[in-house]
Amino acid sequence: MISLSHFLVLGAILFSIAMAGIFLNRKNVIILLMAIELLLLAVNMNFVAFSHYHGDTAGQVFVFFILTVAAAEAAIGLAILIVLFRNRRTINVDHLDSLKG
Amino acid sequence: MNFDIAEFMPALPEIFVLTMACIVLLVDVCLDQERRVITYVMSQATLVGAALLTVALHTGGRTVVFSGTFVSDPMGDVLKVFIYLVSAMALLYSRQYLIDRQLFKGEYFLLALFAVLGMMVLVSAHSLLTIYLGLELMSLSLYAMVAVDRDNEIATEAAMKYFVLGALASGMLLYGMSMIYGVTATLNLAEVASYNAGILGNEIVMIFGLAFVMVGLAFKLGAVPFHMWVPDVYHGAPTTVTLFIGTAPKIAAFAMLMRLLVEGLGGFYVQWHDMLVVLAVLSIVAGNVIAIAQTNIKRMLAYSTIAHVGFMLLGVLTGSEGGYAAAMFYIIVYALMAAGAFGMVVLLSRAGYEADRIEDFKGLNDRSPWYAFMMLILMLATAGVPPFLGFWAKLSVLQAVVEAGMLWLAVVAVLFSVVGAFYYLRIVKLMYFDKADDHTPITAGIDMRVTLSANGLAILGLGLFPGALMALCASALL
Repeated sequence: MISLSHFLVLGAILFSIAMAGIFLNRKNVIILLMAIELLLLAVNMNFVAFSHYHGDTAGQVFVFFILTVAAAEAAIGLAILIVLFRNRRTINVDHLDSLKG
Repeated sequence: MNFDIAEFMPALPEIFVLTMACIVLLVDVCLDQERRVITYVMSQATLVGAALLTVALHTGGRTVVFSGTFVSDPMGDVLKVFIYLVSAMALLYSRQYLIDRQLFKGEYFLLALFAVLGMMVLVSAHSLLTIYLGLELMSLSLYAMVAVDRDNEIATEAAMKYFVLGALASGMLLYGMSMIYGVTATLNLAEVASYNAGILGNEIVMIFGLAFVMVGLAFKLGAVPFHMWVPDVYHGAPTTVTLFIGTAPKIAAFAMLMRLLVEGLGGFYVQWHDMLVVLAVLSIVAGNVIAIAQTNIKRMLAYSTIAHVGFMLLGVLTGSEGGYAAAMFYIIVYALMAAGAFGMVVLLSRAGYEADRIEDFKGLNDRSPWYAFMMLILMLATAGVPPFLGFWAKLSVLQAVVEAGMLWLAVVAVLFSVVGAFYYLRIVKLMYFDKADDHTPITAGIDMRVTLSANGLAILGLGLFPGALMALCASALL
């Protein structure tokens, strides 16, 4: 029997992988974009699990919105990535250091 | 929900801005570059129209429509009107700057309109879903705006950093929201608020969710320790985009803070109070101290923003009506002052030259005594010197903090404001006591001159008579 907590643990694991992907990755900006997608999918997993558990559809509606926004977000992220590559000829995270934040 | 007109009336300004944005999009496609100014005029007309609609529909009451996802209340109306105002100012300051850099394109104005629409939805949000949608519509437009100068290396790098950290913040916020949804089984903020956290296990999950939501909020507001993107984005983005990002979205972020923490999670005041204390103190300390070391004025103003956000948080964390009103007053005043300060940077810039180093303000008094005086007003107001508007904003926040019995917080805030005064006064010193390296006359359109002067004088005038604006904020929160 798969219970609510199994889904929540899966969500938490996906979320942690995404976080690790964002903070540990020093190579490639595309991996950052993938990690961001994974982050949103982890949240979707939580919403669907809670929605089913409570028998309330609002959570699943939220998931549809998150999926749509994630698509828009990926489009903008990739567009910025292309512009960045045109200007810099590299998408290495370590080379994004001309602004010293 | 039932589809009658009464249901749509409170959202009329949003519907208007959306319709106009679509019309502007279509019209802009048909225009050639010489007639691009039509796009600009239509965008400004949209903001004016939205302001008129918001004022006309203002009832002073609170209406919740669209199955409890959208609320129209006095706080929202006041914040929206100021969002239109600073956005219109940002577009007006942008016009010449964009023409000089061959960036005067329809996309810029469209993105700004969609960002404004996102802020309006965010301000009027009454459900976790609407908060998220408004926030994303605003953020996605802003990411693209930062990269609008696509051949500029540092602007694209700033856009990438803004995008990655912004998306990370949204992810955190969403994760927190999913926890809150998991406990309360509702997305509606009023129902979240009325949820009785009686069961011990649930309370822990709720606090867990609150912590994630708080991280997301702090990222969006740019509070320390989640402020890394602020200086880079402010520095890298074209100055007019920095102006826009630094003003209107801060007002919207304040609204998001109020909706989520005060309206939705008001029952967890004890928990979020402590988190806000940490964020506020760190922001005020780090913002003011690091700003001293900056040589780029946009970076300096970025750290000053961080410090101001800390001050605004002080007002919210008191948890009293007076504190919220003071925070609202503070954020509106801050938006007006920041619009003026970045407007001055835009004014001094010209084609092929960005006046974004602090030395570029050297001897401004010899070049133009009037604008040196405007900058003097803006800098003293931002530092919090009486009788300018910034002083009253700081005073009202500090009053609320002292009334709430947190004297030590007020002392820290005042001490670091004094530290902060150093870097504002350094600009005043450069303007009045140093010799100018650059004697190019300041050229700007009459619209820019008039608005910038009005902006500066408003800071002075409202500083002499702050009662009206303060009363407006206080009445909006009742």
